[in-house]
Amino acid sequence: MNYNWNWGIYFEPSPEGVGTYADMLLSGLQWTVATALSSWVIAFFLGSLIGVMRTLPSKAAQAFGTAYVELFRNIPLLVQMFLWYFVVPELLPESLGTRLKQLPNAPFVTAVVCLGLFTASRVAEQVRAGIQALPRGQGMAGTALGLTVAQTYRHVLLPNAYRIILPPLTSEFLNNLKNTSVALTIGLLELTARARAMQEFSFQVFEAFTAATILYVLINVVVIVLATWLERTVAVPGTR
Amino acid sequence: MFANFDFGVIASSLPYLFGQGMVFTVTLTALAAGMGVVLGTLIALMRLSGIPGVTHLAKGYVELMRSLPLVLVIFWFYFLVPYIGAWATRSSTPMQVGAFPSALITFTLFEAAFFAEIMRAGIQSIAKGQTAAAQALGLTYWQTMGSIVLPQAFRNMLPLLLTQTIVLFQDTSLVYVLSLTDFLGAASKVAQRDGRLVEMYLFAAVVYFAVCFAASFLVRRLHSRVAIIR
Repeated sequence: MNYNWNWGIYFEPSPEGVGTYADMLLSGLQWTVATALSSWVIAFFLGSLIGVMRTLPSKAAQAFGTAYVELFRNIPLLVQMFLWYFVVPELLPESLGTRLKQLPNAPFVTAVVCLGLFTASRVAEQVRAGIQALPRGQGMAGTALGLTVAQTYRHVLLPNAYRIILPPLTSEFLNNLKNTSVALTIGLLELTARARAMQEFSFQVFEAFTAATILYVLINVVVIVLATWLERTVAVPGTR
Repeated sequence: MFANFDFGVIASSLPYLFGQGMVFTVTLTALAAGMGVVLGTLIALMRLSGIPGVTHLAKGYVELMRSLPLVLVIFWFYFLVPYIGAWATRSSTPMQVGAFPSALITFTLFEAAFFAEIMRAGIQSIAKGQTAAAQALGLTYWQTMGSIVLPQAFRNMLPLLLTQTIVLFQDTSLVYVLSLTDFLGAASKVAQRDGRLVEMYLFAAVVYFAVCFAASFLVRRLHSRVAIIR
């Protein structure tokens, strides 16, 4: 095997003019983290809303929740990315569509919206499972105490459900983080895109991808450590 | 909003989209799923073997694959496979590997990690007493696994394995980053040639939705039929 290893490549200046290859990868890491966190905000709140809708007595709310989940789960993320980036601006009224296309950070905004709505369908399934895993008596007890439906969810059901689903939510968060790499297809300069660019500029394929791999593994470890800490902090004393 | 929607471009590209694109996607999905399940089962057996080095190797492999984005793994193997080929054949120049074999190797190895986790759960769901009974009858390890544990594990995990295969079907669209002509790649090529992005991407979305929705409906039906009432 003749491959010219050059582990010093990270400290050589990148052809972009400013900084080294290491700076390039780190800026990619920042975009990855920024995209993952921003889209998670949408995914968490919208996903919780949809998940709750699927457990409400109202048939219309259930149908809407089910339709949302099925729609976003059965179309590949990459196709959804293209739909938001290429198709939606064309279908909107002309002035609005043009404004969308001229956004200074169009790939970032699109990726955040797309990932947020996509991951929301997965969060919704977890939230629904969490609520349904609770004993039926809890909701009834809330009603018996005179709480409204909204109050029952806010003070009784959701606090318990979130504690149950914390581990699967962590893995959805990690999936969301990994899925940010799909946004390289619409031009977001996140970590995988930067590693790919570094490989194209320097021909040091394995160094570039090794660095990206290590960075992804590191973020995973950090997230898992934080999630374990969170799980212990919010655990109700006396349970498990 | 749909005023100048052109259905003609979809109709005229159907043979290309399905004859080449969908055939590629389905072939890749089927082969990668089949090989992935076999490899995944082996990894699950390794992980449950209790032999220190082997268990850790399997665990490390699964954890590594699960913490990396598929796009990065696709790039890794695209560049790595020719070197592995060269090393295996003792040749001094990187081996020429076609796009399809490269994608197939990538998806098989990547999905094997996920199938391994499913099979591990399946094997662990079989009561310990069954393995003990098999050993008491004098069956060897491979006989126990082959005729007692694995058949039941497969049956219990079939719905999950199929659901994972639907995910794999959707994930194969990511070969787009290597410019291969899978279903989405074909749609994208027509879209760019004819300047008809709206029509082609919407059509691709509708087809993926129809296939995955129907498939997951069938899996749910199957699940209720094969479920063993305990």
